[in-house]
Amino acid sequence: MKSRAQRGTRLTGSLSFRLGVSLVLVLAIGGLAVSLAAYAYGRSAAQKSYDRLLVGAATQIAGSLRLRGDEVIVDIPVSAFDLLSLAPRDRVVYAVFDDRGRLVTGYDSEEPPEGDDQFFSGSFAGEPARYAHVRRQIAERSFLGAVDVVVGQTIEARRELAQQITRNALVAVAAVGLVISGLAFLAVNSALRPLRQLERDFALRSSRDLTPVDVEVPQEIASLVAALNRFIGRIDRQLRVMRTLIADASHQLRTPIAALRAQAELAYETPDAQEQLRIVEKIHERSRNLSQLTDQLLNHAMIIHRADSVDLEPVDLRVVASEAVGQFDQTLSGAELELRIDLPEEPMVCDGDALSLVEACKNLINNAVAYGKPPITVFVQDGGATLCLGVRDRGDGMAKDMWADAGSRFAKRSGVSAASAGLGLSIVNAVAQAHRGQMTIRRPTDDCFEVFLELPKNRGAEP
Amino acid sequence: MKPICLALVMMLAGAAMAQPLPEAVESYGPADAERRLLVRGTTDIARFEAVMQIFTSRPDAARIDYEQWASNDLFQVTLSDCQKGMQAADMVISSAVDLQFKLANDGCARAHRSAATEGLPQVANWREEVFGITRELAVIVYNKRLIDSAEVPLSRFDLIDLLRPDDSRFRGRVATYDIEASGLGYLFAFADAQQATTFGSLIEAFGRSGAVATCCSDEIIDGVADGTYLIAYNVLGSYALARAAQNPDIVAVAPEDYTLVLARAALIPRHAAEPELAGAFLDFLLSEAGQSALTSSHLIVSTDDGGPASLRLPESAETSLRPIALTPSLLVGLDQHKRRDFIALWRSTFPNESDDAKAAPE
Repeated sequence: MKSRAQRGTRLTGSLSFRLGVSLVLVLAIGGLAVSLAAYAYGRSAAQKSYDRLLVGAATQIAGSLRLRGDEVIVDIPVSAFDLLSLAPRDRVVYAVFDDRGRLVTGYDSEEPPEGDDQFFSGSFAGEPARYAHVRRQIAERSFLGAVDVVVGQTIEARRELAQQITRNALVAVAAVGLVISGLAFLAVNSALRPLRQLERDFALRSSRDLTPVDVEVPQEIASLVAALNRFIGRIDRQLRVMRTLIADASHQLRTPIAALRAQAELAYETPDAQEQLRIVEKIHERSRNLSQLTDQLLNHAMIIHRADSVDLEPVDLRVVASEAVGQFDQTLSGAELELRIDLPEEPMVCDGDALSLVEACKNLINNAVAYGKPPITVFVQDGGATLCLGVRDRGDGMAKDMWADAGSRFAKRSGVSAASAGLGLSIVNAVAQAHRGQMTIRRPTDDCFEVFLELPKNRGAEP
Repeated sequence: MKPICLALVMMLAGAAMAQPLPEAVESYGPADAERRLLVRGTTDIARFEAVMQIFTSRPDAARIDYEQWASNDLFQVTLSDCQKGMQAADMVISSAVDLQFKLANDGCARAHRSAATEGLPQVANWREEVFGITRELAVIVYNKRLIDSAEVPLSRFDLIDLLRPDDSRFRGRVATYDIEASGLGYLFAFADAQQATTFGSLIEAFGRSGAVATCCSDEIIDGVADGTYLIAYNVLGSYALARAAQNPDIVAVAPEDYTLVLARAALIPRHAAEPELAGAFLDFLLSEAGQSALTSSHLIVSTDDGGPASLRLPESAETSLRPIALTPSLLVGLDQHKRRDFIALWRSTFPNESDDAKAAPE
């Protein structure tokens, strides 16, 4: 991945090119199909038109048949040949045969037709020709039988007409193709415009601008833009965590370290051993606070980072609560505090990051230990639509007007207290938000104060 | 450079089964020319020699052997050459354009395409195989000395009117071609039959008045000149005008009702030995020089102000002039039954002329 990213964009051809190629293919195949159809149509149209002329001429000749005694007389009308002259360059051949296949009049090069086909192909004077055959039945006392009239013509005019029709059709196809290409060019351009807009938006962006992309885009690339925005948002949040960590660290750590140094100097300069011991005790307490503060700062940063980078997995909150209690007991080895734990029988599963949840829980316990009164109970319960993981104590809790603000950093006080850096609830709040839940503070009875996380249930785990 | 005259006039009577022969033969151009062009035509040598002289007098010109044929014989000999695949004539020019058309239709002609042929109108160019090279009218000829101007027939109606009275002095003194002997006569008569109902009245008037059907333009015009005939109908204008140039008594009239226009048809036979030379000659005939030579031989006649006064038509050319176009319709007149019936109709009008000359020029 890294090497790819270093190489930069990998080009897999241009969209316009792909669209162009598919369009050209479609047009070429369509054009070819239409051309073949036009050629077939042109041929059949020309064939039909000129076949009609042939039949017309043959019918006129057949209509001019008379009988003189038992002899067939043909009085060819000039109009029959005028009809054939409509194919101005084509040779004409004709013949009339009596019932015994003898030539009555016309070209003796012709053979009496076999079968009853109205049209047939042949050749005349070395050129391909098309023939029409009309049979007239004569029923007279002196003559009983069929007289066959055959009229043929070479096929130059047909060819020319077929070519002309095909040519015209091709010109129309070409024109339509050009129009379609033009329209397609416009369509591709307009379809790709949002991409270019996106590009412009990014190009004009300052290096520190991590706000979401705000460009009107069509449905097809909306998801791309949404993914992009999520990605930008993640980077933004992580950057912000980093900035916060640095800011908090510099703000929160500078004062206690300075105080430590001052006290250490004081201890160094104090001659009285008793006094020195008292100062060292103070130094010890302060350094413990400082360590806790550092823990909290780093935890806070870690949790916010994890919220963006760790996938949520089904977690049983009872396990989380037990873990938190266990870890608390370890850290606070010397404490004589007793922690109660109130867990339901059935599993309380939600999608979550166990580590973050344990950390949040530990912070709640810390807070209760610091500000509340025992007994302190860690509880997990089913809140209907949500699952609750929290801590209950018997103290007064915080004043009600601070509840709304409780989740933000350093809300309670600024600076460092003996026991907390004021980041506890803000970590809890961040964890709750990372789990698409919320932190809730309440006082169900006068002597009871609860802070807990409401987390959405894992749907798959529901019975 | 006077051409050496080798005119050979053949007597053809009673030679029905014999091999047809030309009526006259003449050669033009240098005797030692490398290439020789054999042209067969129905045109009188006198009418056609000017254009051949000009063509052969050009530098490096070929020699032209010209054979003058009767139109039906020319058709027969060309057709049989074609069927046998013989190298015979290099060019065939005939006033019987229907026969020429049939030769081309049956595949006996070779196409020739050039700038000159492209310029021809469609009626004078079929498939680039048959070309109309002249412009001649079918006219009424009379002798100015014998007919006063009030009697001059200006149309077919006038002619019918002249023949109508039983005591008409024109009885037996009107002549026209014998259509059985003259291919051109048949073509004109058949075209007349297509053109108008006048033809029925006309042939009936001819029959009643004992008109004469005989052979050959020259003989008919001779008859008009010497007073044997007062009027000749459907005579080829080129011959009449040529005679009128020598004998001012002869006058040719283009009928006002309609005038047939004939373009003598040239084709290059399929088996011609010198098709390129023939094409060059054809292009020359269609060129300005060739056309002006044909005009001075009266083979191209103008009906507008440039032409003879008697040929000017009152109507515009489109309504009066009926060009005999090179279209497949020409084949109808050649149909065995059609021809038999048409000649039978003709014979019923001119019963006594069948024994006259079998074959003749126009």
